[in-house]
Amino acid sequence: MSHPMSHSSLHAQTLTAGYAERRVLDNVNLTIPAGQCTAIVGANACGKSTLLRVLSRLLPPSQGQVLLDGTDIHRLPTRHLAKRLGFLPQSPIAPDGITVLELVSRGRHPHQGLFNRWRPEDDAAVVEALSATHMEALADVQVDELSGGQRQRAWIAMALAQQTDVLLLDEPTTFLDINHQIEVLDLLTDLNHSRGTTIVMVLHELNLAARYADTLIAMAKGNVYAMGAAAEVLTATMVREVFGLENRVIADPVTGKPMMIPLGRHGGVAHVQD
Amino acid sequence: MPICSPMRPARANDTSVRRAPRLSRRLTVACALVVLLLLAMALSVAFGARQVGLAEIIAAVSGRVETLGDAAVASRIPRTLLALLAGAALAISGGVMQGLTRNPLADPGLLGVNAGAALAVVMGIAWFRIDDLAHYIWFALGGAALAAVGVYAIASVARGGATPLRLALAGAAVTAALSSLTTAIILPRGDIGGLVQSWLVGGVGGATYAQILPILPFLLAGLVISLLAARKLNLLALGDDTAAGLGEKVALARALSAIGAVLLCAPVTAACGPIGFVGLVVPHACRLLAGGDYRWLLPFSALGGAILLTLSDVLGRLIARPDELDVGIVTAFIGAPVFIWIVRRRKVGAL
Repeated sequence: MSHPMSHSSLHAQTLTAGYAERRVLDNVNLTIPAGQCTAIVGANACGKSTLLRVLSRLLPPSQGQVLLDGTDIHRLPTRHLAKRLGFLPQSPIAPDGITVLELVSRGRHPHQGLFNRWRPEDDAAVVEALSATHMEALADVQVDELSGGQRQRAWIAMALAQQTDVLLLDEPTTFLDINHQIEVLDLLTDLNHSRGTTIVMVLHELNLAARYADTLIAMAKGNVYAMGAAAEVLTATMVREVFGLENRVIADPVTGKPMMIPLGRHGGVAHVQD
Repeated sequence: MPICSPMRPARANDTSVRRAPRLSRRLTVACALVVLLLLAMALSVAFGARQVGLAEIIAAVSGRVETLGDAAVASRIPRTLLALLAGAALAISGGVMQGLTRNPLADPGLLGVNAGAALAVVMGIAWFRIDDLAHYIWFALGGAALAAVGVYAIASVARGGATPLRLALAGAAVTAALSSLTTAIILPRGDIGGLVQSWLVGGVGGATYAQILPILPFLLAGLVISLLAARKLNLLALGDDTAAGLGEKVALARALSAIGAVLLCAPVTAACGPIGFVGLVVPHACRLLAGGDYRWLLPFSALGGAILLTLSDVLGRLIARPDELDVGIVTAFIGAPVFIWIVRRRKVGAL
């Protein structure tokens, strides 16, 4: 099965959203770069997860709209949208006793009609997703028996089986050991490079966001503080203003991308001041 | 570029091959359950408060009713059918409710649905003097639906919506409130006390075909809706966000499955009175046999529920000879320990 490098564009226009008692997003305008990997960073409660939920239609905006290739996503039929845009929540729930294969197969749901039987292309998509995430050998294992990193790979495999042009992930690396964080981010980068999938993820870890994302969106107080390449966005000033953290930003010795080093009160600050 | 490479046909078959062992295991279990059910039905026709011989059984089953024994056996046939239908319906209903609330402890009893149905029927008996099943059913359906909607509404009030935990708490509170209302209505009414009391225990004794026919259309509709909802339940099991991300209309899926569940349990409550534990225990036991796929789980639960209720009814007839123990009491005695065993054996966990 071949995947045309179709880059779907996702725009947020004058987006205002929140929950009953609290406005979280305030007049956000942005364009997610098509075919790229974008990371959203920001302090707790800055609205980054809310933005992701509105972009994926889980939360209706009170004003403004989200356009996928020019169409308001709230006007698209649910299943139709699910063929083009996938969403992976922060801590997805795996039901008791479900195997990896069953979980990944459920990613085919939007491609099947009410009575449609399982088709060869569904099998192909599932096998492909398992192979891309290196989960073939674990296909028959129950999801609740997997390690944290394997489990996250199983969920990503499910999202891959959905075969969408855009994939939104809410903190895909939370609760993972550092090696598994890297593994998941490498996997998402592979996916972006090979399939052209537009990836948008909320990330906590600034330095990993700077390393893996083509575009970085820093959010503060319900709006976009800065957006652009990591070198432009990840600056000492940004970290100070967005996170309220004294810090230094140096070049990552491996990639040359910006790397933030926090200056706590006990980090030998006196020696670093220059 | 592993993801872009064209599919190799040999690989595409991999998942089908891997599905095979699970499929054949499920089919084996299904056959075993059918055999068990047939056995349970045979026992139910053969054994009862009155001991009968093989000749009488054969006579009654083939439609000849000449002796007292023939008559006793003949009367056990509709009773067996009702037990079978009630058990199947309650078990599917419980399975659906566990899926739609994502709550391992959900069952028609816990979510206030049976209590709502019971209250409505008792109100009908006490205030509107209804005394036949055809009317009971409508009262039961109304009461069950109102209770279900009420529980859901109460659980959804707070921000974050009707989480499984809130649903369970709201269900427990509503059940308690409705049950005390039911008691309050019955207590001052000596005239209906006996009738209501025997109905409230939950039994299939004295069942006739006239008692089965009116509930059949409802059960059939409930069955069809529940089976159609099975795939939606599979998605709801992944959490609301994931289900929505996969293109499922979550609220609609919940509403549809709830209608299916109510259509299955309310008529049974009307015909037999509230019968507990079947809807709770059977889907759990079947989850161990069939796995978490609702397309398998619901049919398995139907078979399991029919077996459990039919056998419970036989047991109730045998242990209290020459009297009978109502099946609602027997299922509670069998169901409670089985449930404790399941909970202890394996963390019931998130559904």
